[in-house]
Formats: sequence, C-alpha cells, structure tokens
Amino acid sequence: MRWLVGTVAETIPETPEAVTVRLDVPDWPGHRAGQHVDIRLTAEDGYTAGRPYSIASAPGADRLDLTVVRFEDGEVSPYLTTVLDVGDELELRGPIGGYFVWDGDDTRPVLLLGGGSGVVPLMAMLRHHAALKSEAAMHLVYSVRTTRDVLYASELEALAGPHRAVTITLTREAPSGWGGRVGRIDRHLLREVGWPPAARPRCYVCGPTPFVEAVATALTELGHDAHDVRTERFGPTGG
Amino acid sequence: MEAAMDGNASAGALAEIFAVDVTVARTTCATCDDTRPMAELQAYVRSAGTVLRCASCGAALVRLVRAPDRAWLDLRGVKVVQLDLPDR
Amino acid sequence: MRIVNRGFTGRRAQPGAGLVPPGQYVVDDFPVLTAGPTPDVDLDGWDFTIVDESGAQLARWTWAELVGLPAEDITVDIHCVTKWSKLGTDWRGVSVDVLLADIDTAAEFVLAFCDGGYTANLPLADVLDGQAWVAYGFDGEDLEPEHGGPARLLVPHLYFWKSAKWVRGLQLRDEDEPGFWESVGYHNYGDPWREQRYWGD
Repeated sequence: MRWLVGTVAETIPETPEAVTVRLDVPDWPGHRAGQHVDIRLTAEDGYTAGRPYSIASAPGADRLDLTVVRFEDGEVSPYLTTVLDVGDELELRGPIGGYFVWDGDDTRPVLLLGGGSGVVPLMAMLRHHAALKSEAAMHLVYSVRTTRDVLYASELEALAGPHRAVTITLTREAPSGWGGRVGRIDRHLLREVGWPPAARPRCYVCGPTPFVEAVATALTELGHDAHDVRTERFGPTGG
Repeated sequence: MEAAMDGNASAGALAEIFAVDVTVARTTCATCDDTRPMAELQAYVRSAGTVLRCASCGAALVRLVRAPDRAWLDLRGVKVVQLDLPDR
Repeated sequence: MRIVNRGFTGRRAQPGAGLVPPGQYVVDDFPVLTAGPTPDVDLDGWDFTIVDESGAQLARWTWAELVGLPAEDITVDIHCVTKWSKLGTDWRGVSVDVLLADIDTAAEFVLAFCDGGYTANLPLADVLDGQAWVAYGFDGEDLEPEHGGPARLLVPHLYFWKSAKWVRGLQLRDEDEPGFWESVGYHNYGDPWREQRYWGD
C-alpha cells in the first residue's frame, strides 16, 4: 500500500470546529463505505506526523471527502482545518480496513451509532445507502454535545426517507424548543429506536473510545450477538 | 487508565506487510486464548512502533517496527490467526 | 597518594550536552509515547527490586524507602528514537549507583522490568558511574503517570526507549536479553550519537 498525493479541491466548513477537506486523488482505487485513509504531514525539517481519517464520501463519488474535527491540542487537526488550503497537496494511503465497512449487499437492517466525530464513516455508509437506493432499513443514532456540533445537519435531514432514519441526541445542552432527544445513547434509547436481536441488525459503533465501549456493551447486554457489532474507536477524545 | 484506539488504527501500517486485510483476521491470544477480530484489539500507535494488545488480558499480541527501509513484526503474543481467504 | 572516596561518582557531564544528535530535532513540549495503558499504581504495594537471573531478590525498597534514599537533581538532554530531542530536562531521582552500591555482582547486563510488562536491556556498565537514575520527579513536580510515574528509569545517554517507564526493578544478568523493543528491530545498544536506531545500524 503506497502513499498517494491528493490535491485539495475544496474546504467545506461543517461546524465551527469541523471542516470537510475534499480531495482530488488521481490514482484513487475506490473504497468501501466505512474505510479510512492515513494522512501524513511532513514539516520542512523532515518531522512527520500521521493520523487516520475516515472517508466521509460514498464509494463512487468523484472526489474524496475527509471531515476533520479540530482539537485545540491536536497536532494534525488544527493544520488540516485552518491552514490547509485549496490547491495544497496532501499525502494519504488507503483505503484501509475491511472490518468497519458496509457494502449494502444484503438487506439486513443497519443500526449506525455515532458519537461526535464518529459519525464520519457512518455518513459514508448513509451516502452509499442513498446512492444504491438500498431498501435495507438504516437508522443513524447520532450523539453530540450541542446542536452546533452536528455534522452534515441539513444533509442528514434530506437523507431521511422510507428506508433511512436519523435520530440526534444532545448530551450537553439543548436549545429552547428542542423537541428531540437528550442524553447519552443507552440501553433504553437503543431498545426504543433500534431493532431487537432477533432482527439481526448490523450494528456499527464509532466515536471516542469510552462512547464505543459503553454503546457496544449496551448492545451486547440487550442480546445482540458480538459478531453483529462492529466498532471503531477514535481514542480518548475522538481526535 | 486512558482509552486506547483499536486495531482499525493500525490497519494502514499492517497493510504494508500483509497481502490480506488483517482487521477482519481473528487472533487468539497466546496468554489467555481470547479470540476476536484484530480490529477489536487495543492499539497503541503513538509509540516507537505499533503495538496491539489483547482486549481481555492486555498482553502484547502484535509488535510492528517500521524503519525507513525495513520492518519487523513480532507475533509471539498470538497463538493463531484465522483469515478468510477466497475459495480457490 | 591521592585518596579515593569509595562510592563517589560525581556528576558526569552528559556526553554531547546541548548538542543535537544526528537525525534529531528539538521540541519544547514533552511528547507522550506509550506501548500500553498507563498502569494504575498503588504506592502502598509498590516496590523496586534488584534480582538476579534466577529471580532471587538481591535488594528491595518500598516507595517510602526509595524516596528516602539520597536523591539528586539533574538536568539532562533526552533523545527519542522517533527523532525528537528535549534539551535541558530537570529530573529528581536516585542514582542507580546508590541502588547497586552494596551489591556484589559479576553480571554484565541488566534488564529493566516494569508494570505493564515493558522491558529494556542495557550493559550494566551503562547504568553505573553517574549515567542512570530511578527518577520520580520531573520539572520540579512528581513524575506524572503518562511520563512514567511514579518512577521510571532514566538513562539519558541512550535513546529514550531505554529509560523504561513504570520501572519496578533491574534484573542483573550474565547474558544479555533483548527487551520489548530490542527484540523487534530496535538497536540492542541505542547510542544516539552513532544513530543506532535499528538492528544493524
């Protein structure tokens, strides 16, 4: 797997802290929904730093989208979200990972559970589902601190349809008039909006490690088979 | 105790070495016999190398060191790896 | 005839102090690199031991005893094999010379062992004569867990992976036993001035 060079075609602010970096990658071999790339930055003195970033765009999209959430103490995210500009080049390798992927080749229901930036690979799955016009039932349950942190807010609204649902739950602060859910994703919410184990949903859990551990545990406690629960941990803070 | 990343984060480094995607490979821990996909192992990637640890007992299953022109892989913590391969 | 003061080693100047070894760059922060989870340490149960190759204990200190030993404040440069160097770092700890003072051994090698299972090997000569400490203070404070606290080995003349975090003791050995990183590609000795990062360098 070799390093490729992508050129930034667009930078799209998603929230005050998040930017989608849209890349042209001439030799891109294609990818599966849920996969990621490794990004490598090199300073003038030769110092390098690398991080994995989930691909937000669906397989088959013209360009490769990476949505990056900026962490103040981060090494790479501040550069990608504030310095990187249209026309700049970026080294990447990928696509990586055959575990946390949804290909849409069956109609089992799909439960997507995202915490914060963990929604990014799940967005690729949602977009893929839409592109395939899949009739598999897909439900994204998306946990964020406040409405300001919701990535892809208007697109999520547009994607909702007969076979795709989105539930957002706010964990820190709800605006007045918020009719939606509040609180963390727990057994009660999962039992309410998810499917019973007998329906054999494919479950994908992604976000900060504590979020993933808690939600994956809740799913297995509800009776879902561990083999049906795929996880991707973004580390302690998700960044 | 801080929260580690998981084997997904090491997949790029391992893809340089293995011809097949190992994140779906199931590893059995030589210390405690816990068996699960490599993607679910605890990954330490901000290190002098990549270390994957058993999610159950913490033993080091995989150690990978990458030099500019060489790499070393230590799998002594793994008892066995099960891979799905296409039918031939 | 000049008298020789038994046990006096003095503070040897670190070789190359203030200079940057080849292939390194200087950082102001203190990067945290780890090969495993930060161990949860109970100081009441903690001890530091010197053992021999058979595991027989040659010396042991509880936490209170270790911090009660004569300590030194030292300032050294540290060099990580991942290419960062941090100059002028301040540490407080016990010299390994003090820990080995009453031990009679013909062993030529040591293997540092740690909570969490990490190990690092060194020639015994490289942890003597003012070259190594068991350090429990950094920058005027208690050594933080993510940097190896309560105590880590400090051997600044070698690449910093030899300065094993969460150290619990030293095994004195007749034969060298490669440690955690040395057994999977990192150089057995690790001299930053000769850029001994990997096997065969």
